Formats: sequence, structure tokens, C-alpha cells
Amino acid sequence: MEDLGAAFALALDLVLGGDPELVAIVGLSLAVSLSAVAIACLLGMPLGALLASVPFPGRPAAVVLLDALMGLPPVVVGLFVYILLSGAGPLGALRLLYTPQAMVLAQAILVTPIVAALSRELLAGLQEEYAEQLRSLGIGPWRAIPTLLWEGRFGLATAALAGFGRAIAEVGAVMIVGGNIKGVTRVMTTAIALETSKGEIALALALGLVLLALALLVTGSVAVLRGTAARLAHD
Amino acid sequence: MTDPSAILPLEVRGLALAFGGRAALAGLSFDLGREGLTVVLGANGAGKSVLLRVLHGLLRADRGRIRWNGRPPGAAVWRRQAMVFQKPVLLRRSVAANIDFALAARGLPRRARRRRLEAVLEGCGLGPLARRPARRLSGGEQQRVALARALALEPEILLLDEPTASLDPAATRAIESLLRDSRAAGTRILLVTHDVAQARRLAEEVIFLERGRVVEQGPAAAFFAAPRSAAARAYVEGRLPP
Repeated sequence: MEDLGAAFALALDLVLGGDPELVAIVGLSLAVSLSAVAIACLLGMPLGALLASVPFPGRPAAVVLLDALMGLPPVVVGLFVYILLSGAGPLGALRLLYTPQAMVLAQAILVTPIVAALSRELLAGLQEEYAEQLRSLGIGPWRAIPTLLWEGRFGLATAALAGFGRAIAEVGAVMIVGGNIKGVTRVMTTAIALETSKGEIALALALGLVLLALALLVTGSVAVLRGTAARLAHD
Repeated sequence: MTDPSAILPLEVRGLALAFGGRAALAGLSFDLGREGLTVVLGANGAGKSVLLRVLHGLLRADRGRIRWNGRPPGAAVWRRQAMVFQKPVLLRRSVAANIDFALAARGLPRRARRRRLEAVLEGCGLGPLARRPARRLSGGEQQRVALARALALEPEILLLDEPTASLDPAATRAIESLLRDSRAAGTRILLVTHDVAQARRLAEEVIFLERGRVVEQGPAAAFFAAPRSAAARAYVEGRLPP
């Protein structure tokens, strides 16, 4: 128990003192996950809007598939990207394995279905409300896509935050494709796993605190966004 | 007056549409002239709203013939119409942006949009509300915005589906006064309502529907003085059907 107390004190010290190694790890985590979420939003939100607005044969099946992909296990995504990028893999020539780019790719694959599925659900509700009015104004299902995206902007921001929460907390995929190389591909979650297994609780705890703070920040942002949306009656 | 792209008069013959075996329209026929304010009256489920949606291209009839000034329905026809729904559907942006959105959707150039926007805000008394988020307005104000948006499109015919069904008397009066103004300005109006008092206030012509058919059509004064069918008589007198 004393050990734990000491570790906690040291952890606080690392966080508040701005330990350079800690800062580097947090910085890389943010860079990787934010890039992944940006890609996921760029792909996932229009995809969600398309599935919400444009009817086509097989759409119900596509929606079920997308919802199922929300639960992709990170280690499986990691394995898939590893195979893709490994020396003998189809993209092996790019020599991206064990780079931050590989980690961005893995997290983007993991998070895109989440952003897309949440966007689709939200925009399908809007579509139901708007469909007749938009058609009355001469706007068909394809042209409705940008309108739906703009009308759903507040809800979509929460979808992006949910994706970010998933990406930043994920360990399996970045571990496999990044390799947890110190100073190169070590991020918060992989560092926590490593330090804990080495018995170095202090750094692990410090990173854990940062992660928790980030989670709180994400949840808080969602609440603030909802409040803003409601206040502006953009519910 | 002989605009070749005009869509009126309208001729409807034998219109039929069923949902899951239940006929919403059951061989409905009528004609609509170039001018005036026609009220479509009838009980719930008589087919009033479905009729408007078919005329506006939101629903497709199973059978029947529609001719707009001799031409079959299509995008060119629907562009010359505008519709106001029972529940106003406004976008999550300002009143002015809502109206401008509709004008932009019609592909109007910026300057024409600006001119029409200002005119319609003024005409509908929405100037003071122009910058307000549309969804924050009261139900009556929202419906006024929806009507302004429709009028901004300068439709040849304006279709309205129970536009005041959930509004209070003051808001209803505001909508009705705008309808009189646009009628006076030459817009053809087809108004669906189940409110007999509203029909008496506004109608120049009445089409009475029952079970998906036109039971009566004629000048409003004659219709209200002496409805020919038993169903219309009961409806106008406010008697509940047996």
C-alpha cells in the first residue's frame, strides 16, 4: 500500500512537472489518435449520411454490417494492418510497419465504422424529419447529403468525440503495428501496458491519470456541445 | 397570360392509391381552374393529404391521370408548385437562411435570392425575426416562416396541408391573412383543411372528399348554403357520422 502511495505521489510529480518522456508519449498519442479520427470523420460522416439518405437494394444489410463493425476488436485490426504492411504484405514496399503512420491507419480503420454508424443513426432521424420538405424544395437524396451533414453538425461532433475516445484508449492495434518503440511509436496505452508489466507503476499511473483526464474532457465536451445545441434550439 | 410553361389548369381523372390494401384514393377526379382559392374539405382519412402529396410528386398514384395544362407530372411541373405542411419543417439555421436555402435549391442567382428574400420577409412581417434561429420561434411563427419560404419560390400554385391545425387563433389569423394576400396577388391556392369554419372564411371553391373520392365540387357559397350530398351536409353541420 505504501508502494502504491509513493507511486501515486511520483506519478503526480511526473504529470505536474511536465516530465519530457511523459510529454512526448502524450503528444504522440494525441497526434496519432487525432489524425485517425480526422480520417475517420472525413470518410465516416459522408458514408453515414449516404446510408441515411440514399435508398438502394441491400441498404439494410449494409447498415447491419456497419453496426457490427463498430465492435471490431482492436487486436484483429492490428493483425490485419500488420499483415497488410509487413515485408511480404501487399503494402510492404511502403515500409510503414512500426511507424506512427501505421498506427494512424490502424486506428482509422478501427474508428471509421464507429463514426459512420453513429452518424448514420443520427442523420437517419434527421432525414426522416426533413425528407418530404427537402423533396418539396426539389432536393433529392444525393443533394440532401450536405444538408443533412450541416444540420446534424452538433450531433456529428459528439460522434467524432466518441471515435476519439475509442482511439485514444485503444491498445491492441497500436501495439501490434507500432511495436511500442521508445521515442518512436510509444503511446500512452502501450506505455502503460509495458511499464506495468515491468513493475514501474509510477509512469504507468501518471499516464493513466492523463488518459482519465482526457476521457473526462471528452465527456465534458459532449455535455457542453449538447447544452449549446439545445440553447440554440439546434437540438 | 399565355405562358407556355404554365401548369394550370389541372385535370385529374380516376386517381387511385392504396396503402397495404386500404384505398386512400379511390378513383378521384376533378378539375382546377387558373385562379382562386380552393379548399379541400373532408374527414380524417378521406384522402386530402394523400391527394396533395400525389399532386406535389411526393407520392405516386397506382392509377389515374394527372395533366397540368395538358402535360404529365414531372420535375418541371413540381418546380412551379410550393407546399406547406401541417408541421413546419425548418432547418437548424436562421429564418433568413431557411428562406435563402429554398431559393438556392431552385438555383436562383445570389442577387435574385436577396431581392426575393427581402420582399418576402417584409411581406410576411418576418423582418424583425430574420436573424433568429428558426427553431426557437413559436409554432405560429415557424409556420409563418414555412409559408414565407413557400411564397418566396413564387409558385404558380400553393399547396397547403392543414397549415393551421395546431396553431392558436392569432397565429391562424396571421396565416389566413397571408393566404388572402397571395391569392389577391394571383397565386392559385389549394388548401386542405378539416376545419369548416376556416373553409367558410377562405374558400371560393370547395372540393369535398369522402373515402378517396370527390363527392362534391362547386362554388363555396352554394356548397355551404346547400350541400348536395348527405355526407357533406353532415360534415358542414358538424354532425358526427353514425
